[in-house]
Amino acid sequence: MNGKTPNVGIVIVSHSPLIARGTADMVRQMAGDSVPLAWSGGNRHGELGTDAGGILKAIEEAWSEAGVAVFVDLGGAETNSEMAIEMLGPPRSKKVSICNAPVVEGAVIAAAEASGGAPLSRVVATAEELSPR
Amino acid sequence: MQAEPVLVAGLIEACRATIAANSDHLCGLDRAIGDGDHGTNMRRGCEAVSAEEAFVSLLPLPDALEKIGLTLVMNIGGAAGPLYGTLLMEIGRELRALDDKQDFPSALKQAIDAVARRGRSHAGDKTLLDVLYPVHDALAHRLPLTDIARQAALSAELTAAMKAMRGRAAYLGDRSIGHVDPGASSCALLTAAICRYLEEYRPV
Ligand SMILES: Nc1ncnc2c1ncn2[C@@H]1O[C@H](COP(=O)(O)OP(=O)(O)O)[C@@H](O)[C@H]1O
Ligand SMILES: [Mg+2]
Repeated sequence: MNGKTPNVGIVIVSHSPLIARGTADMVRQMAGDSVPLAWSGGNRHGELGTDAGGILKAIEEAWSEAGVAVFVDLGGAETNSEMAIEMLGPPRSKKVSICNAPVVEGAVIAAAEASGGAPLSRVVATAEELSPR
Repeated sequence: MQAEPVLVAGLIEACRATIAANSDHLCGLDRAIGDGDHGTNMRRGCEAVSAEEAFVSLLPLPDALEKIGLTLVMNIGGAAGPLYGTLLMEIGRELRALDDKQDFPSALKQAIDAVARRGRSHAGDKTLLDVLYPVHDALAHRLPLTDIARQAALSAELTAAMKAMRGRAAYLGDRSIGHVDPGASSCALLTAAICRYLEEYRPV
């Protein structure tokens, strides 16, 4: 990658494939091709739900040596994402963070930050500033 | 540690059958305080495990449990997937690490703690943990199988009085009170099915 360190990747996880894909579209519009991006939405039967295997695939797709920030909607998305990160295994699992931020705004802001070459910790911190907690 | 293949296969079938028979009931419970899919999710998980029963039952017990756990993670598709999956995978890992293979209760305890960490949940949060902890207690006190099953059912009923602190039901706040937790209920059903099968398989 022309000598520069690669940009942080972004993964969107939603119970709904439409939301996951739509959010990824918005991120793409914001950050273009400069940020590795993938999504996983719905369970493996195409219904509302989440799928640890699918999330694992998305993380691998958006993989960057700079790390990957994962955005999730409801509880099961978070639990399944943690499971997927565990399945990814060390050392790569150490470079994946689940962001405690709203999925749409968080992912778009994170992508903007990532496209400027920010490290994972700053991408995550910027997105999490949006979170009321 | 090689469990008898018949035992493992029998347990898989007993679990599948009880979930299939109660799938609508579990969906009904989840409709009241969640999104109504817990029965469908569990059924799908158990059917996927059944589909690989012939292969899994030939594995050493820790490997079999880990494989079953992974299949549950990949097929349940809701919050319950990684939780039940973690439970089985961790029991497998603990049993493998254990010198004294009689010490199942301690393996179970470690695995339940792993589930609590995964869900960031505690006893009293109105989840399947509110059945798992009492089941472990009953087991550690060496209660007879029928009493363990009864304890599980009673514990599931007791979740009705609790306010949900984790999972979707937590969004309802106080309105979650008065309803039995679906995950607690599936856990009690599975416990009862396992106890019943063990009772028949090797009468105490
Ligand atoms: N964070 C959590 N910790 C422990 N148990 C949980 C948690 N979230 C959900 N559960 C359990 O999972 C059950 C719901 O499972 P299910 O309906 O299959 O998943 P989903 O909530 O994704 O639709 C709940 O009844 C509860 O027992
Ligand atoms: Mg549900």
